[in-house]
Amino acid sequence: MRNEWLYIGVFLIVAIIVPLVPLGFAALVAPRKPNPTKRLTYECGVETVGDAWVQFKAQYYIFALVFLIFDVETVFLFPWALALNRLPMFAVTEGAVFLGILVAGLVYLWRKGLLEWQ
Amino acid sequence: MNFWNDPLHFLAEQLTAMLSRWGLPTAWITFIEFFLGAMALIVFAMVLDIGLVWVERKVVARFQDRLGPNRLGPFGLFQPVADIIKMVIKEDITPATADKFLYNLAPVLAAVAVIALWAILPLASTIYGADLNVGLLYVIAAGALGTLAVLIAGWASRNKFALLGAFRMVASLISYEIPMVIVLLVPTLLAGTMSLRGIAEAQRSIWFALLSPLACLIFLISAIAELGRAPFDLHEAESEIVAGYHIEYSGMKFGWFYAAELLHAFTFGGLLAILFFGGYTGFFGLEKLPAFIWLDNPFVQAAVFLAKAMVGYWVIMWVKYSLPRVRIDHLLAFNWKFLTPLALVVLVSTAILHRALMEAPRWQYGMALWLANLVIAWITIEILRAQARRQRRHQRAASQRQQTAQEQTV
Repeated sequence: MRNEWLYIGVFLIVAIIVPLVPLGFAALVAPRKPNPTKRLTYECGVETVGDAWVQFKAQYYIFALVFLIFDVETVFLFPWALALNRLPMFAVTEGAVFLGILVAGLVYLWRKGLLEWQ
Repeated sequence: MNFWNDPLHFLAEQLTAMLSRWGLPTAWITFIEFFLGAMALIVFAMVLDIGLVWVERKVVARFQDRLGPNRLGPFGLFQPVADIIKMVIKEDITPATADKFLYNLAPVLAAVAVIALWAILPLASTIYGADLNVGLLYVIAAGALGTLAVLIAGWASRNKFALLGAFRMVASLISYEIPMVIVLLVPTLLAGTMSLRGIAEAQRSIWFALLSPLACLIFLISAIAELGRAPFDLHEAESEIVAGYHIEYSGMKFGWFYAAELLHAFTFGGLLAILFFGGYTGFFGLEKLPAFIWLDNPFVQAAVFLAKAMVGYWVIMWVKYSLPRVRIDHLLAFNWKFLTPLALVVLVSTAILHRALMEAPRWQYGMALWLANLVIAWITIEILRAQARRQRRHQRAASQRQQTAQEQTV
């Protein structure tokens, strides 16, 4: 029984090398004539105003937080889904209760208006 | 075991025998085997990617009532070759203030994220890279790599618009990952395994799309959003105004973003086929009849899988070229206020019914699951209609109030 993860490791190494080959080839073949105007940052053809690394909008943080909560929830749900065939019906209702608690969290976020964009 | 029954294992055995006769240690032989297997799969995926460029351009042309590339080669089949040559020989303009290492890393990471998915995609019951027993988790992890690539590209370009485009894109990607992961639990619990090959094998008698059409639909929608394709293509929407996270990329680096997107779309078509439409099998028991025993041949299975993946890809393209773009706030509201609760309801109902009817006769099981989906869909539509009615009533009341106010002033 060969080790599947070893194959994944080798596959990933090859997968990293494969995109580098055309990039390397392009580095050899493509013309390279840099001049300061070409290498300016693009901003609709006008001069850039202010630093490029703008401030992070707070709403993205909230979406990331909600995503994190539900992602961890789904991580807990994977073993539940796999074990359902072997467990009594009680396990299903327990999983449903777990989901219900987290849905209550989602409803709370919804009513508080934290799922709005602006 | 001969070549026609079990091609990869047969070739692997021949190679092992040959190499051990030459006296190579076992570890080296295993490594060479794995390396050649990985190369074969990746080269196949890359050739497929090149073909997909042609398919995409022809299909989008037909949707838009024009012909598409038809000058280079018969039916324009050599168009992708010209595209690749063009992208390789174009000048690679790197912005002067970009973060060099990250800027170069992003397209490679985007490509790796998609190619990594091909390691576990079963083309046939005996043609696959690896049969991980946590296959679905691996799929989600590889998708997360793609999200990371978007953020790295946006950040490293040192460009306001690239960064903003990357933020929006990542917000959309992580939001739609939740219903996707929840709905991925449905084939997991129906099949009892996370391995993709196991899920495909479990569909020999019935497709999961028939047992759980809502789950299939939610997966399709979330997959289209995960791909960053229309109607959820924020980063391309910016290109009507400015451009998205790959605004500062040119030449082959942009080529990798583009190729990765196409291959990602096809791979998700393949995943849709495996998870819900039987993958390389799923003939409703037909292959047990002696006349149809050839349906179990790995090459036939691989052809069946690729055909189903192509159909899935065609549906994804159909959606892209028919629907207008969705605004970011509508997109996120649609996800958190509609898709996620719906996905959770589908999951709980499928889990309860599956567990309760596990010992029941198969037709009862199938009918119950399908009817449950129908009931959930009907209730959802009723809720939406009630909301729409309420909104219309409010609008009518507001406009009436406006009218009476105007009449009074007059």
